[in-house]
Amino acid sequence: MEWQDEGIVLSATRLGESDAVLEIMTKNHGRARGFIKGGMGRRNKANLQAGNFLSVNWRSRLETNLGRFTVELLHSPLGNMLGDGNRLAALAAVTSVVVTTMTEREPHLSVYEGLGAIVKLLEASDSSLEGWGAAFSQLELGILQELGYGLDLSECAGTGSTENLIYVSPKSGRAVSEEAGFLYRDKLLSLPAFLASPGEGKIDMQASVEALRLTGYFLDRYVWAVRTGGQPAARERFLSSLQKHTLS
Amino acid sequence: MPKSHGSDIDALIQLLAKLPGLGPRSARRSTLQLLKKRDSVMVPLAHALMNVADTVQICEVCSNIDTHNPCHVCEDVRRDRTTICVVEDVSDLWALDRSETFRGQYHVLGGTLSALDGIGPDDLTVDSLIGRVRSGEIDEVILALNATVDGQTTSHYLAEKLEEFDVKVTALAHGVPVGGELDYLDDGTLAAALRARGSVSS
Repeated sequence: MEWQDEGIVLSATRLGESDAVLEIMTKNHGRARGFIKGGMGRRNKANLQAGNFLSVNWRSRLETNLGRFTVELLHSPLGNMLGDGNRLAALAAVTSVVVTTMTEREPHLSVYEGLGAIVKLLEASDSSLEGWGAAFSQLELGILQELGYGLDLSECAGTGSTENLIYVSPKSGRAVSEEAGFLYRDKLLSLPAFLASPGEGKIDMQASVEALRLTGYFLDRYVWAVRTGGQPAARERFLSSLQKHTLS
Repeated sequence: MPKSHGSDIDALIQLLAKLPGLGPRSARRSTLQLLKKRDSVMVPLAHALMNVADTVQICEVCSNIDTHNPCHVCEDVRRDRTTICVVEDVSDLWALDRSETFRGQYHVLGGTLSALDGIGPDDLTVDSLIGRVRSGEIDEVILALNATVDGQTTSHYLAEKLEEFDVKVTALAHGVPVGGELDYLDDGTLAAALRARGSVSS
């Protein structure tokens, strides 16, 4: 068994003295893991940092084995991130969400592309915290879709209206219009306009936090509650730093 | 498999093979060398190992490993007591101290925050660092953590925690190493070096 692909590093764990197990989101083979001889050595460790774009070659005698990676660095976005705590917090949150939600060895091109877009956004010097939050929530919405738990935000679950969709029902995951949801507004989740209609609606800190609360609620219910017992700590930290900026 | 030595020697080989940098083959060579130099190396080594095993302690001030508590670094009165250099591990403390460029106090965190490995602030010595800063003696905290995603995330977390105190919080620079050639540097290091560029003094 052998394949070649490109991917974005999610994590690298030390194995023994200087070897590593790499976890990477690849373009055509989904989330993949593999052993790297000397991966934590002086020469290779920098290449295996989360967020790095790599060209990888995976080889194994049997398909079910862990397999071995040989890697080559394509691009490292970390130079522009290391001095900024918020960028690092966002990167850690995004990678931990992909690790905890995506099934191994199942190709999900849209998730790979969404992850790549966020890493590039985090690298860009003129991007903003609310923009990262919004892109992150859109990636999570895409992950829900890929996992088969997609939210229906196209029309109101009660009236069928496509106007004024500002809530989501926590039970059905369907959008609810302002008029239909008014009486139940305390029980409904807020739906920011940029999620309801991509490309429209203002993206500010409040909208980003609401969008992440919405996607986090459904990921927690369908994925994390079953697999990990709660949302990843890195996501929680990023969300709390977003909330802190909302209050200030 | 033919037995060329007894089980005690075999046990010694197996223990040595667990040390970093040694495999079964090099452990056998080391054992043979120890056996050949029994009086000059093996016995003193055994005594030294027993001594250290009996007396080794974690310093209650900085979490360094030493045979004294507080450790030699914390007890040294010639050191600057107003500056703390925060490092991830004891090996980093030894590396910095070997360079003889820093003459202040240290604080060993015992790791870095890692969401995927489940290491949170409670698993590190963050509280004792804050306790030292709260004592009021400290003017500057230098965050000398690794230039990795986990290391830098921890740096920013600590900087945030130390915001409420009247101390200067600094971090190590990232960039071109001494003797490094630009052609061989990865683009992450180059970008960090460009961001941290400074004016050239004449």
